[in-house]
Amino acid sequence: MPSFLTPDPGLLFWMLIAFLVVFILLAKFGFPIITDMVEKRKQFIDESLSSARMANEKLANIKNECQELLQQAQQRQSQILKEATQTSNQIIAEARVKAQEEAARIVEDARRQIQAETEKAQRDISNQVADLSIQIASKILSRELQKEDEQTKWINQILNQITEKK
Amino acid sequence: MNFLSKNIFRAIAMFLLMLPLCAAANETQEEAKIDVQEIVMGHTGDGHDWHITTVNGHHISIPLPVIVMDNGGKWHCFSSAQFHHSPDGIYQGFYIPSEGENSGKVCEVVNGTEQTVKLDISLTKNVVQLWIIVLLMLFIFIGCARWYRRKTADSDAPKGFVGFIEMFVMMVNDDIIKACIGEKHYKRFSPYLLTAFFFIFLSNLIGLIPIFPGGANLTGNLAITLVLAMFTFFAINLFGNKEYWLDIFWPKVPTWLKVPVPMMPVIELFGIFTKPFALMVRLFANIFAGHAIVLSLTCVIFISCQIGAAIGAGLSSVSVVMMIFMDCLELLVAFIQAYVFTMLSAVFIGLAHHEEHEEEGTPAIG
Repeated sequence: MPSFLTPDPGLLFWMLIAFLVVFILLAKFGFPIITDMVEKRKQFIDESLSSARMANEKLANIKNECQELLQQAQQRQSQILKEATQTSNQIIAEARVKAQEEAARIVEDARRQIQAETEKAQRDISNQVADLSIQIASKILSRELQKEDEQTKWINQILNQITEKK
Repeated sequence: MNFLSKNIFRAIAMFLLMLPLCAAANETQEEAKIDVQEIVMGHTGDGHDWHITTVNGHHISIPLPVIVMDNGGKWHCFSSAQFHHSPDGIYQGFYIPSEGENSGKVCEVVNGTEQTVKLDISLTKNVVQLWIIVLLMLFIFIGCARWYRRKTADSDAPKGFVGFIEMFVMMVNDDIIKACIGEKHYKRFSPYLLTAFFFIFLSNLIGLIPIFPGGANLTGNLAITLVLAMFTFFAINLFGNKEYWLDIFWPKVPTWLKVPVPMMPVIELFGIFTKPFALMVRLFANIFAGHAIVLSLTCVIFISCQIGAAIGAGLSSVSVVMMIFMDCLELLVAFIQAYVFTMLSAVFIGLAHHEEHEEEGTPAIG
């Protein structure tokens, strides 16, 4: 058998030792440290990614909430504005109605007063007319009261007529 | 495109420069016959010194320590340079025959016959290369792991070299190991498979460097792949679950296949050993063949130059192009073989934890 096909015991011995040494040393201080660190870094990156995603989601949520709040506020604003205009309109309408009523009342009062005044004036006028007529009448009468009988008779007649009229 | 054409031009220019050297070699070493087999075997095999180059017939190499136990049970330790210092190549009774059955091995003469030493744990070329790779791996990965010491999960990801290593480690970890074993069990096996992957990958790559800090044919050596396959064997079988063993000794096949003659159990039992065996041979053969081809192509230059300058120029240019191609291919193979070894180990380990993730679908065996 050619020499290269027979493993040399000396080399076998050294290879066993050398490989064991390198294997034990690297298995303890070499490869696991590298692979573990890469694994840890991978985990860290994964975690960072997921937390970033979560933060993004949160941010999006907050944005949504903001929008919602804004919308609500706007709605509320418009509602309030609407209510305010309604109230003001109502107040104005009420005021107008009240004013009209007041005006009507004042007009009515005025009319009534005018009527009363008119009546009073009429009465005054009629009284004055009566007085005047009495005075005129008395003046006429005082001149004609010489003829007593006839006069009394006539006066009574007139008196009767007046009282009947009243 | 411009870059490529420039490089091709450079290669041709360099080759033309090499021509006179070829011719010179042709003149001076006319009688020296080139033994391709010896060159290839010498470079792909092991050695007690680390040969770098030969200048004027004088070998320049790094002597390595020889540690042997002789047949009397006594330990000896000396530098391999001692063999070269003594005129007959014998030191303390030991010598390395250059040919014959024991060529390249440390031998001694016992009772008048040549015998190999009882135990040879010399720091040979491959052993030194092995420790260089071990140190390099420890330096790279423990160095990178130190970077993480003061870091927490929320620190920045590493950049530069540490970042590259992290990416590479995670690629192997996630795409090979996790994918083949399954989410549930991969953690326990990942350090071993990562070590195996980077050991094979670095050995393959460094094996492609032609001079000193690299160049040894480590993963193309059966002893190395044998140990790797053995580790995988233990990783599969020591942690296999009940269903895995049931599948071996009482597989789900028609009863007549297992009762009078336990045909399937025997086949399955063989399978336990053939799986790591295939891993061992695949890695060894791929890397060994790659080295052998590159070396053979290198030899083509010298052989053809011996024949004549014209044919030498022609064949050498072809050979250089082929060598560049092969080296690029070997770069690819360096990765692919590491990948395949790790992936198949992971698949086999995954199969030993089979039933629990059956509903997820069995992983495909590549």
